[in-house]
Amino acid sequence: MADDKEKDLLSSPNMNRRGLLKCMAWTGTGVVWTLSGGVPRTLGLIGGAAAAEVPQGALTFVQISDSHIGFHLPPNPDPRATLTEAIDKIKAMPTQPAFLIHTGDISHLSKEQEWDDADQVIKSANKQVFFLPGEHDVADADNGKAYLARYGKDTKGKGWYSFDMAGVHFIGLINVFEFQPGFKSAGLAKIGDEQLEWLEKDVAGRSASTPIVLMAHLPLWTIYEQWGWGTADAGRALGYLKRFGSVTVLNGHIHQIIQKVEGNVTFHTAASTAFPQPAPGTAPAPGPMKEVPAAELHKYLGIRTVNYVRGKGVPALIDSTLVA
Amino acid sequence: MFTTGQAPLRHCVALLFGAVGVASLFAVALPRLTAAGNVAPTAAASAATVKIDNFTFLPASLTVTPGTTVTWKNEDDSPHRIGDKNGTFTSAALDTDDTFSHTFAAPGEYPYICTIHPRMAGKIVVKPAGKSS
Repeated sequence: MADDKEKDLLSSPNMNRRGLLKCMAWTGTGVVWTLSGGVPRTLGLIGGAAAAEVPQGALTFVQISDSHIGFHLPPNPDPRATLTEAIDKIKAMPTQPAFLIHTGDISHLSKEQEWDDADQVIKSANKQVFFLPGEHDVADADNGKAYLARYGKDTKGKGWYSFDMAGVHFIGLINVFEFQPGFKSAGLAKIGDEQLEWLEKDVAGRSASTPIVLMAHLPLWTIYEQWGWGTADAGRALGYLKRFGSVTVLNGHIHQIIQKVEGNVTFHTAASTAFPQPAPGTAPAPGPMKEVPAAELHKYLGIRTVNYVRGKGVPALIDSTLVA
Repeated sequence: MFTTGQAPLRHCVALLFGAVGVASLFAVALPRLTAAGNVAPTAAASAATVKIDNFTFLPASLTVTPGTTVTWKNEDDSPHRIGDKNGTFTSAALDTDDTFSHTFAAPGEYPYICTIHPRMAGKIVVKPAGKSS
């Protein structure tokens, strides 16, 4: 399993930047995942025979993340172009998704022009889009006022929401506004009491057999606290969802695919459409991997298709890169 | 009590120089506000700089005298945003080479973080000159 492979590589004392690149290249080549009984299995590479066997679902949607429009440095001086490629890939899908979700960092610096550019590209998919803010989207001097004015309509509190689609309950959580000191870092993001109370009520009356998709920008499990890759009070949120048979957590922020299973909950971070970041702890800081050559960049970028089959609560996830 | 508004700031500055005498107060040029609402340093005020590089504030703790304008300069590839823990001063996101300035009138400790990367922490200590800790 890729998880084991990643873990082994990461814990190896010989792990270095070159080894990491190899590892990233492997995870980034477009692995098809299927979730059966809560355990992800790799079916094969995109384009291989096995990929064609993924059943077409009763509900298909696509996750894109971390488009960082406005970023202008190596390894990707033009993230608008790579976002366009991601959207073109979605437009070319034989089974069209019902909608898109964007798990945050739409913009790089919370500027209207950056969101204008992103919106213009994304709307060419002609799909409904559910947005969540990343910390880069609430980085205006007014603490997220601009994001909320633009994307926060019909949301609660500071932008959180839920909705139902084809029997699946979707929850969009916001974890980019509040922080608390962590054990290994000065600050770790949190969901906050007001939102958690809302979440508890939001799921209270629902049948435990309702499949749940829980979305948030920052990972809802602690991947690497030293880099702030976690959410301090995620455990409380997940506690409210314990009784549900299928919980799929979709996050962004770390610009790489990392997955984990815990009981009925599967956690998945997504690839960025803009630039990769290093695997946890393998670099002095979690900035863009500027050393990635232009010819290699697309291997690290991608989109995720999520496929619910009617009668089955657990979705199949397909991560595919932007390699043409 | 410390606020970023113009009137309280003038008030603080007036208090600061009040001890020196009314005449000298008129001689001191008050800091003027820029369009962004930040206080621009004047010849009379002192200035200090915090560099941001490699996801670190340098120095992590900076001690200044009251009235000092602190300027943060982002020399990192990643954007950063200054946010103090009490919400009295926050910058917009600073791209590479962008700066943000804030004038500290009142003595005290001002811990802050980067709200984009909250693991990054720094502190400004404002202490009257000549006072040992």
